Amino acid sequence: MKEPLFSSRNIKLLSGPLNLNNPITVQILGICSALAVTVQMKPALVMALSVTVVTAFSNLIISSIRNTIPQRIRIIVQLVVVATLVIIVDQILKAFVYDVSKKLSVFVGLIITNCIVMGRLEAFAMAEKPWRSFLDGLGNGAGYGLILVAVSFLREFFGSGKIFGMQVVPRIMYENGYQDNGLMILPPMALITIGIIIWIQRSINRDLIDKS
Amino acid sequence: MENLLNIFVKSIFIENMIFAFFLGMCSFLAVSKSVKTAVGLGIAVTFVLIITVPVNWLLENYLLKPGALVWLGPEMAKIDLSYLSFIMFIAVIAAIVQLVEMVVEKFSPSLYNALGIFLPLIAVNCAILGASLFMQERDYHSITEATVFAAGSGLGWFLAIASMAAIREKITYSNIPAPLRGLGISFILTGLMAIAFMSFMGITI
Repeated sequence: MKEPLFSSRNIKLLSGPLNLNNPITVQILGICSALAVTVQMKPALVMALSVTVVTAFSNLIISSIRNTIPQRIRIIVQLVVVATLVIIVDQILKAFVYDVSKKLSVFVGLIITNCIVMGRLEAFAMAEKPWRSFLDGLGNGAGYGLILVAVSFLREFFGSGKIFGMQVVPRIMYENGYQDNGLMILPPMALITIGIIIWIQRSINRDLIDKS
Repeated sequence: MENLLNIFVKSIFIENMIFAFFLGMCSFLAVSKSVKTAVGLGIAVTFVLIITVPVNWLLENYLLKPGALVWLGPEMAKIDLSYLSFIMFIAVIAAIVQLVEMVVEKFSPSLYNALGIFLPLIAVNCAILGASLFMQERDYHSITEATVFAAGSGLGWFLAIASMAAIREKITYSNIPAPLRGLGISFILTGLMAIAFMSFMGITI
């Protein structure tokens, strides 16, 4: 029996990673890059989009050729596919948004070893049909992007009073003694912000609490 | 010599892979539950870094950089292969990790058993690829500089994961709010440790 493209089972692949199965806060994947690019919203958004594209298409490609990949060399095959996609993304970023690409520096290259991509390939694409794998990639990319945008929003808003580089905290506040929280711009606050997001998420969904 | 010492100290403390750039975070959080395994992984990462970064340095300077092919003849000076660097670096890393695995298995089965699953997983540890990419971005002048940088980064990573594991062993019996247990508190702890490491900022030798 052929199931429709957007059956409820497939929709779940898209919505699951946004909350209950979030790659960052629940599966602990792809944390490295999540922390380093969240000082401002624009690089964070570009990074989230890049990761989504790479995850979705590498899932699609690997899933289509999964029956022909020998088990022993699968990691190398996966790395080659992912690396090729990342090179394409990197060249596109350099061509169209050069300033953001400079800001992301090595982190675009590091999408290759981003655990979300490899993790989803191993856990999902190697065993499932192409279309479902593609949706799974999109969903996980979006879940990753959601956390990235949330963290970068908090850090940019409290750290420099801006959103997307535009001043949102009015000047009159500064004149009356309001100050930006300089600590939010520093790298350690990314970790603490994510820690607090995890705390909030687990207080709402109590099933996610660590049993140990 | 002073320059080398400077690079070494800088890569351990000031530009620590974990606390300044968050590289290798996934395995850092997953493996830091006990000191013993953390030390094993730390040694493995340092080891692989010291081998892969110099190899990638050679690759970068004699193959990939714009004008790097000039040793083949003056007409090759215009060729720029730098867009291939990601795929070359990751191929080198995957190959070397495989090689290291085989050598360790042959000559030191006890170390091999101690490292276990971590050795093959290092190929996808961002700290390894990250070090190679930083090496490319910062343009180290000699292979010695690149090696010293790799050793320092590895040691810094080792230091971070070993101390994190020690703290996590200590807090097993602490009374932490239930939703914060496990992952949440590890994040906040790492953040606090990173703030502590920031006090090294600005030190030059």
